[in-house]
Amino acid sequence: MQIGHGTIVPPSGLICDVQVEYFRFKDSVTEDIQRADLIISHAGAGSCLEVLSARKPLLVVINEELMNNHQLELAQQLHEDRHVHYTTCTNLEHTLQHMDLQTLEPLPTVDSHKFTNFLDSIFGFQSQECHTSITSFMPTQM
Amino acid sequence: FEMISFLILGFVFVVGMRAVYIICSIHKGTKTASAKRYHPLKTAVIIGSGGHTTEILKLLQNLNSVNYSPRIYIMASTDTSSEVKIHKTEETCFSHNGLNSYEIVKIPRSRSVGQMYISSVFTTLFALLVSLPIMLKKRPEVIICNGPGTCIPICVIAFMMRVLYITDTKIVFVESICRVKTLSLSGKILLLFADIVLVQWPKLKERYRRTTFIGRLT
Repeated sequence: MQIGHGTIVPPSGLICDVQVEYFRFKDSVTEDIQRADLIISHAGAGSCLEVLSARKPLLVVINEELMNNHQLELAQQLHEDRHVHYTTCTNLEHTLQHMDLQTLEPLPTVDSHKFTNFLDSIFGFQSQECHTSITSFMPTQM
Repeated sequence: FEMISFLILGFVFVVGMRAVYIICSIHKGTKTASAKRYHPLKTAVIIGSGGHTTEILKLLQNLNSVNYSPRIYIMASTDTSSEVKIHKTEETCFSHNGLNSYEIVKIPRSRSVGQMYISSVFTTLFALLVSLPIMLKKRPEVIICNGPGTCIPICVIAFMMRVLYITDTKIVFVESICRVKTLSLSGKILLLFADIVLVQWPKLKERYRRTTFIGRLT
């Protein structure tokens, strides 16, 4: 459990047969995500996308007190596209008991060259992929 | 005295016409370059702190650093964590050689999270005044930003420099992946005078015709 600057400190140790541990901050939660079977998170884009790219089931919890915050948009869309389950603080317990993780679909990965290739096309630079295809073409021309 | 006020009015009118002309040509502009480019582009990246920093650095990870150099990262002076992230990305992703280099420039923050819009006007104006000499000195050819408020003064100055024939800076704004149905305030403002406003979800493209959609970027 990552609690950040939170004022509520959970009890730790064995509670109702569940081993509970928490920390405030870590430089990277990648390892924790890798070891988990289920991740429950707020709707922050960074958190959601990190979990989804690790292909782990994600349950997003919306803070009802911040109902107009733009985090909702992404969580809702990811839920509509069946990449995450989503609930509110009040419904958390109910969702945990009834959700079906099998219905979740993985988020497609994104080509990390897409933006830079796009920039290259606007400014007239040869994009790296274009360059490779030209060099493989040249021998036959000669 | 009347002569001076007439001259000032005339100047404002001419500048206004030129601004309208630039805006029209931006709105009409083609998205791909007509000619091939071989010399490097002086690039400014505006760093917005927190998740925005992570997002923009991720977008730039495959940048051909030779083509986009030198690089200037402009960030708010109160931003505590972005500097480390920038150094890390630069060390990991880009080579450094001669012109192919980077620097970090700090400016006052235009608006802090939760700051009232009324006081934001003054802090933004202050940020604008401080940024002006920096922009006049650095003169980037392209500005890449993804919001939030930090980018507005810089982009406004860049636009004015273009109007006044000082530079021909292009502005590329990438809306955050968080924005699915609504555009951020920075996005709405930049819709007017940014060259490219990239959105990452189709609903935004449907709603704001001027935006560019090439799919999710992160």
